[in-house]
Amino acid sequence: MSDVNANATRRVIPDRLGTPVTRILASWEVLLFGVAVLIFIANSLASPYFLDAYNLSDATFNFTEKAMIAFAMALLIIAGEIDLSVAAIIALASTAMGAAAQAGVGTAGLVAIGIGVGVLCGAFNGTLVSVLKLPSIVVTIGTMSLFRGISYIVLGDKAYGGYPESFAYFGQGYLFWVFSFEFGLFLLCAAVFAVLLHATNFGRQVYVIGNNDFAARFSGVPVERVKFILFLLTGLMSGIASVCLTSRLGSTRPSIAQGWELEVVTMVVLGGVSILGGAGTIAGVVIAAFVMGLVTFGLGLLNVPGIVMSIFVGLLLIITIALPILARRIKQASRS
Amino acid sequence: MNAVAPMIMTTPLAAETPILEMRGISQIFPGVKALDQVSISLYPGEVTALIGENGAGKSTLVKILTGIYRPTEGEILLDGQPVQFPSAQAAIDAGVTAIHQETVLFDELTVGENIFLGHAPRTRFRTIDWRTINARSRELLQQLESDIDPTIRLKDLSIAQRHLVAIARALSVEARIVIMDEPTAALSRKEIDDLFRIVQGLKRQGKAILFISHKFDELYEIAENFAVFRDGKAVGHGRLKETPQGEIVRLMVGRDVHDVFPKVEAQIGPAVLSVQGYSHPTEFRDISFELKRGEILGVYGLIGAGRSELCQSLFGITRPSAGRLTLEGQSVEIRTAQDAIAAGIVYVPEERGRHGLALPMPIYQNMTLPSLAKTSRSGFLKAANELKLARQYAERLDLRAAALSVPVGTLSGGNQQKVVIGKWLATQPKVIILDEPTKGIDIGSKAAVHGFISELASQGLSIIMVSSELPEVLGMSDRIMVMREGLMAGLYDRSEATAETLVRAATGNA
Amino acid sequence: MTKLLKSRELLLSGIIVLMIAGFATRAQGFAEPGNLVNIFNDTSILIILALAQMTVILTKSIDLSVAANLAFTGMAVAMTNAAFPDLPLVLLIVMALGIGAFLGSINGFLVWILQIPPIVVTLGTLTIYRGMAFVLSGGAWVNAHQMTPTFLNVPRTPFLGLPILSWVAIAVVLGMGFLLTRTPFGRSAYASGGNPVAAVYAGIDIGRTRFFAFVLSGAMAGLCSYLWVSRYAVAYVDIANGFELDSVAACVIGGISIAGGIGSVAGAVLGSLFLGVIKNALPVIGISPFAQMAISGVVIILAVVFNARAEAKKGRIILRNRATHEATA
Repeated sequence: MSDVNANATRRVIPDRLGTPVTRILASWEVLLFGVAVLIFIANSLASPYFLDAYNLSDATFNFTEKAMIAFAMALLIIAGEIDLSVAAIIALASTAMGAAAQAGVGTAGLVAIGIGVGVLCGAFNGTLVSVLKLPSIVVTIGTMSLFRGISYIVLGDKAYGGYPESFAYFGQGYLFWVFSFEFGLFLLCAAVFAVLLHATNFGRQVYVIGNNDFAARFSGVPVERVKFILFLLTGLMSGIASVCLTSRLGSTRPSIAQGWELEVVTMVVLGGVSILGGAGTIAGVVIAAFVMGLVTFGLGLLNVPGIVMSIFVGLLLIITIALPILARRIKQASRS
Repeated sequence: MNAVAPMIMTTPLAAETPILEMRGISQIFPGVKALDQVSISLYPGEVTALIGENGAGKSTLVKILTGIYRPTEGEILLDGQPVQFPSAQAAIDAGVTAIHQETVLFDELTVGENIFLGHAPRTRFRTIDWRTINARSRELLQQLESDIDPTIRLKDLSIAQRHLVAIARALSVEARIVIMDEPTAALSRKEIDDLFRIVQGLKRQGKAILFISHKFDELYEIAENFAVFRDGKAVGHGRLKETPQGEIVRLMVGRDVHDVFPKVEAQIGPAVLSVQGYSHPTEFRDISFELKRGEILGVYGLIGAGRSELCQSLFGITRPSAGRLTLEGQSVEIRTAQDAIAAGIVYVPEERGRHGLALPMPIYQNMTLPSLAKTSRSGFLKAANELKLARQYAERLDLRAAALSVPVGTLSGGNQQKVVIGKWLATQPKVIILDEPTKGIDIGSKAAVHGFISELASQGLSIIMVSSELPEVLGMSDRIMVMREGLMAGLYDRSEATAETLVRAATGNA
Repeated sequence: MTKLLKSRELLLSGIIVLMIAGFATRAQGFAEPGNLVNIFNDTSILIILALAQMTVILTKSIDLSVAANLAFTGMAVAMTNAAFPDLPLVLLIVMALGIGAFLGSINGFLVWILQIPPIVVTLGTLTIYRGMAFVLSGGAWVNAHQMTPTFLNVPRTPFLGLPILSWVAIAVVLGMGFLLTRTPFGRSAYASGGNPVAAVYAGIDIGRTRFFAFVLSGAMAGLCSYLWVSRYAVAYVDIANGFELDSVAACVIGGISIAGGIGSVAGAVLGSLFLGVIKNALPVIGISPFAQMAISGVVIILAVVFNARAEAKKGRIILRNRATHEATA
C-alpha cells in the first residue's frame, strides 16, 4: 500500500509516479499495434497484391464505416451500456434515404434525412434507457427488430436504387490520390471522439459512470443525461455510416449491414474497451479497426470466403480477451 | 502470540478442550494485513464474545471460518484435527453456520427457500422437498416468535424481519459452531430476548458460539469468554464476567476514549438548515429538525432505522413524498444530487466503495469530480488545475498516498475516506452529511477523521453525522436525533444524552 | 406480490387467448383445434430454445450462440445422415445432443474458468460456430432427397393427435420445470443470478452453475438442430439465422429478468407462444409477413417496460406497518 511507506509528517505527494516504460510497452494498445504489424507483414508475404497503394486504399472500406460507429459505441460501452440496434439504424436510415431519393430529393436533402433518422433512432433508444431506466441490452435488441422491421415493411423483398450521381461521392469519392473521402471522415471522427473522451469533462463523466454508476450519481454527475447523449451520438454515427454505405453500394435492401452490430462490438472490445465498462481508449479502437480490416482484406486476397473470415474475427475476439487474463493468472500463480 | 504486548489472562479458560481452534491466522490482501497472527478457541456450550472496533478484523475472521476467504497463513483445528475450508460448502459440511453482518439473502426467493438454500431437504427421489422446507421454516421462525409466512418472497419483508430470516437460516443447519456477526443490530429488545433464549438453548446442546456485538450489556448477558481484536491483532482474551468493561474498552481502543473524540467546542451560530415534515412512502415519515452553523447533529439508531435513507433524500438521491427544506432562510427544493450540491448540501456515503468513489480511477480525478466546472475551461479538462485543487485538499486532510495519480482503490480505508471528504470540501459546502464516517477505518485514521470533523465545525460548517457507534455519537455531537423504524424517536442535547437514553429511544424499550 | 407475479403468467395467457379470438374473427378457422395444434407445433423449437436460454439468463448470463450452435450441429447431423444412411436415428440424436453440449461447454468453460463476460464469449462463438458450419459443408446444402425417410419423418409422425415434434417440446417443458423447481441445480441457477454474493455464502459454486447452464443450453440447441433440419428438410449454413434473438425475446416477453434470478418455465413457454401466434396470424389476416420483425420489436420493448414496472425496487421498506401491510396485501 502506498500510504504505509509514507511516514514523514508533512510530505509532498507527487502528481504522478514516473510511468515505467515497461508498463507503456505492456499496454493493450501497444500489444494490439504489434499484432497489426505482424498481420501486415504476414499479408505482404502471403500475397504479392497486398503492398499496393490502390489495394490498401480499397482495404480501408472494410472497416471505415464500422469504425465510425465503433467510436461512439466505445463511449457507450465505457459508460456501461450497449447499443445492438446500430446496424438496424443503418437499414432504416438507408431506407428513408432510398424513399426520399425516389421522391426526387437531392443529395444534400438525402444526407440530412439519413443523419436525421439516425439521430431520431438514437434519441428513441436514449429515451427508453435513460428516461424509462430500462436495460440497454434488451431494449436495443427490441429496437433492432423494430428499426429493421420497418425497413422490411417498406421494402419487403424489393430494393431502392436510383440515387443522384453526386450522392456517390460519400462512399466512392477520393479526397486526393488514394485517400478516400470515407477514410478522411474516419480519421476526423477518430480525432473528434478521442478529444471528447479523453480531454473533456463529458469524457471524464463517461468514465466515472462506467466505473461506478452509483458514485457518479452520488457526486452529482447527471448520469441519465450523459447516457442519453451517448445514445444520441451512437445514432448520429450510425446515420453517417448509413450515408457512406448507401452511397458506396448505390442501393438499399432491408438486409443492408446485417450483423454489423456484432462486428462493431467486436471491434470495440478488441480495441481494449472493457465490456464491463470504465476502461478503454479511442486509440485502441482505431488500431482494432485496422487489425480487423487487415485480417479481412488479407484473407480476401487469399480467396478465403467471408464467412470463414468471421471465424478468425471471433477467435481474435476471444483470444485477445483471454490472453491477458491467462497472463495475469500465471503471474499470480508464480508469485505465490 | 508472545509478540502481542497488552495480553491479559485473567483465569485459565474452561477445562474442556475447544471444539474449534484457530492458530496463528493471518489474512493479507493486496496492501492490507487484515489479520495478523490471531488465535482464538471456541468451547462447547459456551459463547465467546469477539470484541473490536469496526475494521479490527472481526468480519475477516468470520469469512475465514465460513470458507469465503482462505487464510494466508495459520491453521484451523476441529476437534484437534487440522481442517481446511476451501469453500463455503466445506465450512457448512464441517458444521459451521453463520449469521452474517450484512443479510446475504435472496430478494426474489421465498422465505423458506432463503432459509434452506444450499442444504434443502430432499424427497426420497433426491428432489427438493418443498413441503418439508416450508414446514420446518415455519417451526424455526416460530421459535423466534415470528409468524412470517415461509412462502412469501423475501423482498416483501422489512429489515428487521430479514434479520430474523437470517437467524432462522443459521439455525436450520445441524451445526456445532454458530457464528453470530452483530445479529442484534436491527432488532428490538423483545426480538433480542427471543434470540437470547435460543442462544441459551444452543449452549445447552453443547454448541460453540462466536458472538459479535458492539453492545456491552448484551455481551455480559450472554457470553462466557471474550477475545479482543485491534487493528487485525488479537490483543487479549479471557473470562468475560471476571473482566471489567473498562478493561475491555481499553484493550479495544488501545488508549483512553477521550483521545479518540477530540471534540473542540465550536461557536454555534444561527440556523442554517431547517427540515420540516420530511416523509418518504416506505422509508421514513415526518422528520423535522434544525441544524445550526458550526453544529454537529448526531443521528443515532439501529441498522435499518431509516437514517441513511433520510440523508440520501436530503441529498436528492431519492425524492421525499412530503416535507419542506429551508436553507439559510430560503426555501429550497432538492430534486437531484446536482441541486443539493449547488445549494451547498453534500453527502459522504456510508458505503464508500459503492457510493463514494470510482475505485479504479486516480485520486485526483475522484477529488475533482463535483468541481470539474471550476477546474476546466469551456468543458475541456485542465489536468494542472485538477492536480492543484486535489493537492490543496490532500494536504489539508493529511492524505497518505504515493501519488495523486494512483487509483483510489489502492489506499487504506481511512485515506479513501479523506478523498471522499476532500472531494466535497472542494465544493465549499454549507452543510455536510457524514454517514458512518469512521466505518471500516483503522483506529489511527479514525482519530484523525474525528479531529477533522471537529475542525470543520469550528470553521463554521454545519454537520449531520449518522453513526451507529454510541461513543462516537456521544463524543462528537452537539445534539443527537434518534430514529427508530423510520420515525423520529427523540432529539437530545449533548448535556442530557447518555448511552442509556439513546439506546432506549432507538430500541423502543424501557 | 406473489399474486402479482403469478398474474403475470395469467395476464400473458389472457392476452394470447384474446389474440387468438381476435384473429379468429378476421380469419375463419384460426381458433380451430387443428390450427392451434399447428401453431404449437410450429412454435415447438422456439419453446425448447427459449427454455434453454432462460436457464442461462437466470444465472445472469446470456447465450447468443444458440442459433449458430443449431446451424453447425444441424449441418453435422444432416451430413452424417446423408453419408451413412444406415446409422440408426437414435444415434444421430445422441450425436446432436453431444455436439451441442460440447459447443455449449466451450462457452461455459470460457465463462467459468477464464471469467470472460458471457456476452463477449457467445458473441465470439456465434461467429465461430456458424463459420465452422460453412467449413464443414463447404457452403453446400444438404437437401431432402439426401436424407433418409426415417430422419425426416419421425418428428412429424402424429401420436395421440399431436406430432412427435410437439411431444418433444412438451417433454422438454416438463423436464425443465422439474429441473428448475425440484433440483439443487435449478435452485442454484436462481440463486446465483438473483444475488451472486449471497450465493457464495450459501455454498453455491456460481461458475459451475453457469457452466452447466451453458452445457444444457448447448444440448438443447443440439436437439433443436435435428428437429429443425428434419422439419424444414434442408440444412445449410444460414439456418436459424438470428434465432438467438427470438429466444431472448421469448424470455423477455415471458417476464424473465435479463438481470438474472427471476423467471418461470410457464413464462418462457407463454412468451414463445405469443411470438408463435403472431407469426402464424400475420399471413392469415392479410398482413405482410415482412411486418413480423417490427411487431416482435415493439412487443419486446413493451415487455421490457412491463418487466421493469413489475421489478421496480421498492426500497428497503423500513416503516414497519408498511411492510406488514404490503406482505399481507
